[in-house]
Amino acid sequence: MTEATWPSPAPGSAPLPKMVAAQAGLELRTLIRNGEQLLLTLIIPVLLLVVFSSEALISIGRGSRIGFIAPGILALAVMSTSFTSLAIGTAFERRYGVLKRLGATPLSRGGLIAAKAVTVLTVELGQVVLIVIVSLLLGWHPVVTAVSVVSALLVIVAGSAAFSGLALLMAGTLRAEATLAAANLVYLVLLGVGGVVFPLTKFPAAVRPALRLLPSGALSDGLRAALRYGAGFPARDVIVLAIWAVVGIGLAARFFRWE
Amino acid sequence: MSDAPAVEISGLVKNYGRTTAVAGLSMRAERGQVTAVLGPNGAGKTTTIEVCEGYRRADSGTVRVLGLDPVRDAKRLRPRIGVMLQSGGIPTTARAADYLHVLARFYAHPIEPGVLLDRLGLAGSARTPFRRLSGGQQQRLSLAAAIIGRPELVFLDEPTAGLDPQARHATWDLVENLKAAGGTVILTTHYLEEAERLADYVVIVDHGGLVTQGSPAELTGSQGQLRFRAESGLDTSGLTGALPAGAMVKESPAGAYLIDLPSGVDPQVVATVTAWCAEQGVLAKNLRIESRTLEDVFLELTGRELRS
Repeated sequence: MTEATWPSPAPGSAPLPKMVAAQAGLELRTLIRNGEQLLLTLIIPVLLLVVFSSEALISIGRGSRIGFIAPGILALAVMSTSFTSLAIGTAFERRYGVLKRLGATPLSRGGLIAAKAVTVLTVELGQVVLIVIVSLLLGWHPVVTAVSVVSALLVIVAGSAAFSGLALLMAGTLRAEATLAAANLVYLVLLGVGGVVFPLTKFPAAVRPALRLLPSGALSDGLRAALRYGAGFPARDVIVLAIWAVVGIGLAARFFRWE
Repeated sequence: MSDAPAVEISGLVKNYGRTTAVAGLSMRAERGQVTAVLGPNGAGKTTTIEVCEGYRRADSGTVRVLGLDPVRDAKRLRPRIGVMLQSGGIPTTARAADYLHVLARFYAHPIEPGVLLDRLGLAGSARTPFRRLSGGQQQRLSLAAAIIGRPELVFLDEPTAGLDPQARHATWDLVENLKAAGGTVILTTHYLEEAERLADYVVIVDHGGLVTQGSPAELTGSQGQLRFRAESGLDTSGLTGALPAGAMVKESPAGAYLIDLPSGVDPQVVATVTAWCAEQGVLAKNLRIESRTLEDVFLELTGRELRS
């Protein structure tokens, strides 16, 4: 009946970085295997990049078309990963008891958040590399200085923090199906009014300041300021994103329900 | 501290809104034993286990797991316990082996995932995503996940619900292995044969409170029955007088005699019955001793009506 002796108890947790790396690895593999997520995070942004840079579908004002579109698509890529994809993924993890089960392992909630941050930033790195390569092939000439590159990276990190906080707030309070619908809807709305493919200058002057205070507007504006105009450090946009991050993460920490 | 029992609960109360799930439960589970928590649906089993696991805060009462407070000392407790939820908990797209390899990296001295997959009959499904596993395979993967970190104490919430007989026996063997290796297991179950086979100690709960607790032998052995068949209409008053106090002799239906013995059947009782038969010139046919099963005890204590 008991053919082999079983190992005796030897409890203990692994070091935190090892746990975080293991969890982030699982989340990355899960994303890569998910066709819908790849569509959302890679295929749609690259498709929009190609279409909107080649055809005069919309008037963007003066300057090169690709110079306008490329930073917008980078902003879209950041939103798709740190907002839509994170919200939907986390909502279903919550729904299927995955978060609850993780709560009984040595991986702390802080460790889980760290793993999700690593996952989001790794996916974004892949997106940025791909989008930059395609954009360069389409004739993009971004401003490349130490200030512009550091500014762009900072805007991406601040934007990711802002959108991640909002994603977790949604995933932790709404039903999974509601999160799925709302996250996709918000993605589309931000695609429209976030300065991704339609310049904010095309909107009525009355709503423009409000749109620039949205995280999407600040994100695309900050990236364009750095990479298109080389306009120095986009302090205003980074501050807007930082405020969204503090508010979103704070509310998520307060209201997130783990099961 | 290290001598603290696996679980010690006193006066646990847990309400969900206006519904009382646990109403003043006290129980104890020793280390190195398998303790089964039995009860009808809605008796408060899962809530009690989830308070022990640190998922829920007690409204009142004290709960100590390995001498620790499951909420306050969660960080210290988590590496030492293994948890199998009643359902779910595994990412639907994660492949069985991949998931166990990830979980193994959370612990200091994990069991090799391949060993667990082999042992639980999952080696052939190592690359199958969780959602494509059969219900029984999902249960077994959940069990593997609960023990991969070599915990001192394992909580299994209905570990064999919905399993086929082979998988159920594989699970039972594994629980016996865990105990033989020095581990402690606390499980909830609806299957009384499961408790009878595995448990050193049984806790029966109902309506959020303790009904009784003890070893299966203590719970079933304190009462026994002796049956035999003979000609109908015997005057059994002399037999009743010769048996230990509390014994009851009934004839129902005609010719079928039943002796209820609250203090249990021992060799002396059998001798008394056969001596009385010899005295009366009665041949007792089909004489047999029946001890109560855990199921008898359970139904007696929790009633026979269906629970929603």
